[in-house]
Amino acid sequence: MHLNEIISMGGYGLYVWTAYSITLLVFGMNLFTAIREKKRVKKTLRHYFSQTS
Amino acid sequence: MLHWFNQHFISLKAFYATSSALLPWLITAFSLCFAYGLIAGLFFAPADYQQGDGFRIIYVHVPSAFTAMAIYAVMAVSGILTLVFRMKIAAICMSVSASIGAWFTFLALVTGAIWGKPMWGTWWIWDARLTSVLILLFLYFGFIALQSVIPDQQSRDRAGAIMAIVGVINLPIIHYSVIWWNTLHQGPTLSKLAAPSIAPDMLHPLLAMIAAFLFFYAVILLLRMRNQIVLREIKTQWVKEVMSHAS
Amino acid sequence: MNRKQKRKLIAVMCLLVALSIAAGLILYALKQNINLFYTPTELLQATTTPKQTIRLGGYVKKGSIHYDASGTHVHFTVTDRTHDIDVSFDGVLPNLFREGQAVVTTGNLTAEKQFEAHEVLAKHDEKYMPRSLAKDLQKPIVR
Repeated sequence: MHLNEIISMGGYGLYVWTAYSITLLVFGMNLFTAIREKKRVKKTLRHYFSQTS
Repeated sequence: MLHWFNQHFISLKAFYATSSALLPWLITAFSLCFAYGLIAGLFFAPADYQQGDGFRIIYVHVPSAFTAMAIYAVMAVSGILTLVFRMKIAAICMSVSASIGAWFTFLALVTGAIWGKPMWGTWWIWDARLTSVLILLFLYFGFIALQSVIPDQQSRDRAGAIMAIVGVINLPIIHYSVIWWNTLHQGPTLSKLAAPSIAPDMLHPLLAMIAAFLFFYAVILLLRMRNQIVLREIKTQWVKEVMSHAS
Repeated sequence: MNRKQKRKLIAVMCLLVALSIAAGLILYALKQNINLFYTPTELLQATTTPKQTIRLGGYVKKGSIHYDASGTHVHFTVTDRTHDIDVSFDGVLPNLFREGQAVVTTGNLTAEKQFEAHEVLAKHDEKYMPRSLAKDLQKPIVR
């Protein structure tokens, strides 16, 4: 299998690679959201504990 | 039995501990399935006799559609547990699932459109299958909107639960839409588990990808549930202890 | 499970049953509207006006595809194995368009029962297999 064949995907390359790219993008977005949320929650907690104790 | 569940899953504190033990396993399982499914699906599965290499979109389309529906089923079950048993962990699971489910539904629709254009000749058609999946996306949006406008936690959980339960009626409609009505979308490939209408070396990467998508959902679900758990339990001693250990 | 929980659970189940019945009745009543296309048999029985835009679905009859000299105009027959309707179309055909393949066409039915399509979409089935296997099985691509 040559690189050209892999890219062209029998003429469907644009469709196949776009579909896979969007999938990876959505996975990345979900992971990013979860991690960003964790940071925010930690900040909230730290703030809360500094207020109470 | 119930006691064992409570010890590991139902109480928020226990769930926090269990999930932290489960996460590495889930991440490993996801990585293995995803790596195999991606490589085998893109490069080793043979091209289809009719669609050539274009059929490889199946390895992202079918898993995202399957996961989108599975997540809604999880939400509905969580909704029942929330409503009937007032299980806090179920309420958290339900609201976190909604946004993940919306993403997977979006993915199913977009990859479907990208597949439809070269094969059918159109990005979109208002047939029963495509329309019912679009309704699923709107159900997710509706759930998220509903929960975001209710300030009180308990009413938010209950309203969400009712909406999740009512919307579950859409799942059989999506599944059977291609059987009950004539549509442009083809029938289900995997509904007959005994004899799937797909060749084995094309089937294995598909099953791996479905597993990978479900594991990914589980990973994101647990990560985000943990955030919600510590927020809800902010006033308890155990959260304070966990946080002081962490930092 | 205490009594209150049991009562709630029963209420939830009743809600689901009632919903299913309601949804089932609505969908049954709307059956014709939800169907995407007419089969040739249904279309020949239906009363349509030549100006009405409708969808016709079925299989492309074997040996019925004829291209005009210009190359863009195509004639073919759509069949459900009971009745046939001749279709004429001017435009780009999808990649999967071939003999024996299912198609969904949009257009109008003339008074002479000729279907003039302005869109042809290919419908594929849920079977996937490698080319070698399709050949080995001597499985005709045409059903």
